[in-house]
Amino acid sequence: MALLQISEPGLSAEPHQHRLAVGIDLGTTNSLVATVRSGIAVVLNDAEGHPLLPSIVRYLPDGSTAVGYAAQRDLARDPRNTIVSVKRFMGRGLKDVAYAENCPYDFLDSPGMVQLRTCAGVKSPVEVSAQILATLRERAERSLGGELVGAVITVPAYFDDAQRQATKDAARLAGMNVLRLLNEPTAAAIAYGLDNAAEGVYAVFDLGGGTFDISILRLSKGVFEVLATNGDATLGGDDFDHRVFCWIVEQARPAPLSDEDTRLLLTEAREAKEHLTYHAEARITARLGTGELIDSTMPQKTFAEVTRTLVQKTMVPVKKALRDAGMSVEDVKGVVMVGGATRMPQIQQAVAEYFNQAPLNNLDPDKVVALGAAIQADVLAGNRAAGDDWLLLDVIPLSLGLETMGGLVERVIPRNSTIPYARAQEFTTFKDGQTAMAIHVVQGERELVSDCRSLARFELRGIPPMVAGAARIRVTFQVDADGLLSVSAREATTGVQSSIAVKPSYGLSDAQIAQMLQDSVTHSGEDAQARALNEQRVEARRMVEAVGAAIEADADLLTAAELAEIRHALDTLNAAAQGNDRSAIMLALERVNKITEPFAARRMDRSIHRALQGKKLEDMKI
Amino acid sequence: MHGATGATVSTSCVYAAQGLFPRMINFQHNHFELFGLQPKFHLELTELERAYRSLQSRVHPDKFVHASDAERRASMQSATQVNEAYRTLKNPLARARYLLALHHVDVQSENNTAMPPQFLLEQMEWREAVEAAEDKPDELAALALRLGREMQEQYAQVERHLDLENSHARAADSVRKLMFLERLSEEIRDALERSEA
Repeated sequence: MALLQISEPGLSAEPHQHRLAVGIDLGTTNSLVATVRSGIAVVLNDAEGHPLLPSIVRYLPDGSTAVGYAAQRDLARDPRNTIVSVKRFMGRGLKDVAYAENCPYDFLDSPGMVQLRTCAGVKSPVEVSAQILATLRERAERSLGGELVGAVITVPAYFDDAQRQATKDAARLAGMNVLRLLNEPTAAAIAYGLDNAAEGVYAVFDLGGGTFDISILRLSKGVFEVLATNGDATLGGDDFDHRVFCWIVEQARPAPLSDEDTRLLLTEAREAKEHLTYHAEARITARLGTGELIDSTMPQKTFAEVTRTLVQKTMVPVKKALRDAGMSVEDVKGVVMVGGATRMPQIQQAVAEYFNQAPLNNLDPDKVVALGAAIQADVLAGNRAAGDDWLLLDVIPLSLGLETMGGLVERVIPRNSTIPYARAQEFTTFKDGQTAMAIHVVQGERELVSDCRSLARFELRGIPPMVAGAARIRVTFQVDADGLLSVSAREATTGVQSSIAVKPSYGLSDAQIAQMLQDSVTHSGEDAQARALNEQRVEARRMVEAVGAAIEADADLLTAAELAEIRHALDTLNAAAQGNDRSAIMLALERVNKITEPFAARRMDRSIHRALQGKKLEDMKI
Repeated sequence: MHGATGATVSTSCVYAAQGLFPRMINFQHNHFELFGLQPKFHLELTELERAYRSLQSRVHPDKFVHASDAERRASMQSATQVNEAYRTLKNPLARARYLLALHHVDVQSENNTAMPPQFLLEQMEWREAVEAAEDKPDELAALALRLGREMQEQYAQVERHLDLENSHARAADSVRKLMFLERLSEEIRDALERSEA
């Protein structure tokens, strides 16, 4: 009898089994998840067929959350608990957040990273992002029918160490195995390069909702090599919305705005911006909570004027990146446009003028990053045959250094160094008999520590007392393939050593993550049920309102018996919606749906009849 | 700045047990040996690039995502070393200094910092010219071009001293001059950046 084979736990018995891996574009405005299926990268849609998940999380008083479109619906109604553009807060203190005064949130400035006070408690941007990632993970696992081995998550190339660490923490909190943090423009370059068999030097111009990146890459067969990257981690489509918002307020000069009205006008501003991409002007109308009516028309020319400085701001990093790459405009074979904000005509024009060529728009700017991440995830998961894969060489965007005497920065790793990378540098003591040394790790391009981002502080103790300048302290910086830094220090004569994974000041400690994970596991069953119940309630409320309005308008289409039956069904639905029984609400909903069908048909007939008589729409409202 | 304090890459964790990880690099190799190149100043960039890519294709962490912790660490250290070697050889000044170091010549040993007075005088003139051109992109660009030509001449001398004459002392003199010139070139670049912002 043949012996049955049992594989080791966690190892697949099937050597060539396809491993489920996804690429996730965790965007400021929208997020996406994509995978490679039968050799082709595809974006995975939600149950309703939407490819995008609005990066919006709403916290409800019972501790449950709504994510995406479900949260977006209540944005203007519940701005304080509905978090948008959370990516802008990742790894950031309150003072670093642009226009914090215009955000309708209750900020809590905690050390390292800003937090948000919601009706469901204080939330860190890492937790909010984890909600978005968990939603995408569920979508992917449902769609692919299995557990994921891992994900490639994209970050803006210009994200610093704190922002990268925060993103990785969010993924861990969402229960995901991160195969790699991948720079967004690099992901786009993979998708574009493979799609077009591109060879040569390319620029990727990536203007997203909240961040701007420019990367210069050399593509050659089997290798994607980033030569230089630059950008602005606080510049994006949101800033264009904000300029339009300011213009609206300046035009209308309304009374001081409530949180709800601020959110309403920001949404109006965003819609106007999008409209102006394809139209000569946009009309902005809104009724404020005060009853005040806003009605302005913005011509495309005015839009271009109020956003001119923002467009100019994108060109400074472009020049720096080219210079760091040792390239000139003539060397660039093509400019790949990425991010929804690159649809704006003034951006297209500025890029075309600077590079002397029409930018490349042949890939959907909203999807290209997620597709590239999916392709890289497929490679990292080991789904491609050796020889059929490629090499990706990326860089760190910002220099890393140490504080020295006088608050000056000693650069240890220069920006645009290809990762992984390491460098060691020797320092010495300042005073006779000095036995400890404070090591302060910073990131940035400026000469003064106060102008750079502080990443971590740690101490090397137990240096034997020597005269000043005699000790030899070797500090080693190691940047891994995700662009994350760890630092160690060692005194050469004694071997006294100290090291740190750079994360204490901005990231979460392992213990914090473990606690959060535990909490989320305990509550995840409850969370899902609470969310489903809540969705049913919202649906019930909407149904009661809609049928009520229809009866008010067209009660004469119903017999007395029919009217009584509908009223009874509505009462039942109302009562069910007060309770906690989800299936009872569902049954009551179905009943209302069914018995109002003839009524709906009759109303349709009537409106068609009226339309044929040439009556105006206004006249049809009774 | 980093060059001035004598930084070298950390290879403190040399994998003596090379046999354990046959796909990794040999940490006993110098940068030239790593890429299979002759230890000369003259170098075909395309050859270096080809060797670099082929080596990274073998050792890069992306190829070891599912490997053991030890193997992943070895991969990161190998890829780190390959990046450092590539960066050093690609840059002519770093390459020259590295070659001299292989010959046990330290270009910045402290009793050797005295530069010829004529050269120092020229440096002062250069600096005055850069200061005068501040905020004038065209003038700065012209200065950068002139400086570029001067540096090219110096590099040609370095190549002659190192590859033909085997004269390390003279090569070190040229390299010391080039360290000044590279710094100057960086300053012009910064001024150019400021003038455009």
